[in-house]
Amino acid sequence: MTMPLAAEALAAGYGVREVLTDVTRAFPAGRVTALLGENGAGKSTLLKALAGIVPARRGTVRLGGRPLSEIPRREAARALGYLQQGFEPLFPIVARELVLLGRTPWRTAFGAPSARDRAAVEAALGEMDAGALAETDLGAMSGGERQRVLLARVLASEPGVLLLDEPTANLDPRHRFLVLDAMRRRAEAGGAVVFSTHELDIAASGADDAMLLSGGRVLAAGPVADTLTEPLLSALFRVAACVTPGANGRPLVSLGPARPR
Amino acid sequence: MSSRRSAWTWGAALAAVLGAALLASLLLGSISLAPGDVFRALAGAGDAQTVSIVRDLRLPRALLAVLVGGALALSGAALQALLGNPLADPYLLGVSGGAACGTLVGSLLGLGASAGARTGIFGALALPLAAFLGALAAVLVVGLGASVGGRLDRGRLLLSGVVVNALASAVLLFLLSFGDASRSRTFVFWMLGSLSGATPGAVLALSVYTVLGLALLLPLARAFDALTLGEETAATLGIRVETAKRTAYLAASLLAAAAVAYAGIIGFVGLLVPHAVRRVTSSHRALLLLSFLGGAVLLVVSDAAARSLFAPAEISVGAITALLGAPAFLFLLRSRP
Repeated sequence: MTMPLAAEALAAGYGVREVLTDVTRAFPAGRVTALLGENGAGKSTLLKALAGIVPARRGTVRLGGRPLSEIPRREAARALGYLQQGFEPLFPIVARELVLLGRTPWRTAFGAPSARDRAAVEAALGEMDAGALAETDLGAMSGGERQRVLLARVLASEPGVLLLDEPTANLDPRHRFLVLDAMRRRAEAGGAVVFSTHELDIAASGADDAMLLSGGRVLAAGPVADTLTEPLLSALFRVAACVTPGANGRPLVSLGPARPR
Repeated sequence: MSSRRSAWTWGAALAAVLGAALLASLLLGSISLAPGDVFRALAGAGDAQTVSIVRDLRLPRALLAVLVGGALALSGAALQALLGNPLADPYLLGVSGGAACGTLVGSLLGLGASAGARTGIFGALALPLAAFLGALAAVLVVGLGASVGGRLDRGRLLLSGVVVNALASAVLLFLLSFGDASRSRTFVFWMLGSLSGATPGAVLALSVYTVLGLALLLPLARAFDALTLGEETAATLGIRVETAKRTAYLAASLLAAAAVAYAGIIGFVGLLVPHAVRRVTSSHRALLLLSFLGGAVLLVVSDAAARSLFAPAEISVGAITALLGAPAFLFLLRSRP
C-alpha cells in the first residue's frame, strides 16, 4: 500500500497561540522523515495536525491526494498510525490488551477479535521484542518496555502512514535500532514514515529526509546529507555542530556547547 | 483471550452470588422466614401475612436494590472511563446531588410521591424524570465550568463536579428548611440512602431507566477501551470522542438520577465496584456488565444488613455501603500493583 502524505501551507495551534505556520512539505511513500527542532518548535503539533488530531487553521493535509478532513473517520484511522509522546496508564491493562486497541479501526462495535486481529497483535508484539511482556500490566513496566508496547499498538493497526512522536524515547541502543528497522520496513513496503526526535544520530542513521522546524516554521527540509549540516544544525539548536561524512554517505553528527568550555 | 474467559467466569460467579444474596434478603428482616415458606409465598401459597411480606415488601425491595446498585455502579464505571479518572463517581461529580435536588423539588411540587407512597407507573416514572432534570442541571453547570473551546476538559470536569456537588448540598439544605418537620424527616432519611420506598411501580420504572442507560452505554464500550489511551489517540483510532463523551455523560446521569429518585444518595457503590472489577478485566464491555452485577450484589447485601442488623430498627443503607466500602476501597488502593 503506498500512501503519500502532504502538508500544504499548514497552520495549526491551540487557543490564541499559533504553533505552526505555513508548513508545506510532501512526505512521499517509501521515505522516512525525521522532524528536528528545539522544545516547542512545533514537532508534536505537526504530527498531531498530520494525524488529524489538531485541526488545520489554514492550509490542508492531504492523504493519498485527498484532503484529510474529507476522508471518512474509519478509513483515516486505518491509514494513519499515531504514537503519542509519553503515556501514563490510568487503569490496569496488560500489554496484549493494549496492543489489541490498535485494531479498533478494523473491528465492529461488538464481537471478539478475529484471527486476523490476533495475528496482527502477536506480530506487532514480536516485532517490538515485547512478546514476553504480553501478559504484564503496563503499570509494572519500565519506561522503555512501555514504549515498545505502545509502538506495537501502532504497528498492530497495520497503517500505511506512521506518525511517531519520539518513538525512540527511553529505549536502550539495541531497541532503538529495532524501532529504526521497523520504520524502514514500513517505508520499503510503500508507507510514509514521519517521526520526531532529539537524537541526531537516530535521525542521521534512520531517516532519509530531515525537516528542521524553528519557531513553528520550516527552517530547512530535504535529504539528511543536505539538511544535517554544520551551519543548519548550529542555527537550529544554537549550539556548536560538527558533521563528518560517515558510512553509506550518512552524516555523523556531534554537538557541543555554543561557546567552548 | 484468557481475560475474556475469566470475565465470563466472574460474570457467572457474580450472578450466582447475586442469586444467593437475593434469597437471603427474602429470608432476613424484622421477621425471619424459612426458605420453604418464602418459596411457597413467591408462588402465592401459604398464609396471607407471609405472602404479603415476601411479595409486597421484600421482593420489590430486593429487586430495587439490584437495580439501584447496578445503576450506580454502571454510572460510576461510565464516568471513570469517560473522565479517564479512577476517582470519578456520580456522587463526587455532583450528579447525585443535582438529582436529589430535582427529586426534592419534584416532590414539593406534588410530582409523583414522596418515598413510601404507592403510585401508578406514570407517577413512578415522573419522579426519576424530575431527578434527571436536576441531574442534567448539575451536569450542565459542571460542563459549563469544564468546557474549553467547546470541548469537555477531563481535568476541569472533576474539579467543576466537586464544586457543583457542594452547591447541590447547599441547595438541598435550603429546600429542606421549607417543608414541615415530619416531611423533612422523611426526606432526610431518604436522602441518606434508603430502599424503603420500594414498590412494584418503582421497580418497573427503574428497570426502564436502567435498560435505557445500559443500551446507551454498551455500544460505547469500544470507545471507552480506546479512551484508555487518551482522547487524542482514541480520535486517531476512529473514535468520535466528543460524541462518546456526551452520550456517556448523559447515560451516566440518567442512571444515577433514577437511582437517587428511589433510593436517595448512596455513596461508594459507583466508586468501589468499577474499581474492583477493573482488577479482573480491562475490556469495558465486560466492565460495564460485571459492574452492574457487582453493584447489585453490594446493595442487596447492604440492604439486607441494614434491615436485619438492628431489627426492627432500620439503618440507612448508605451508612452500610460506606462502612463496607471505605475499608474495601483502601485495601484496593494499597494493593494496587
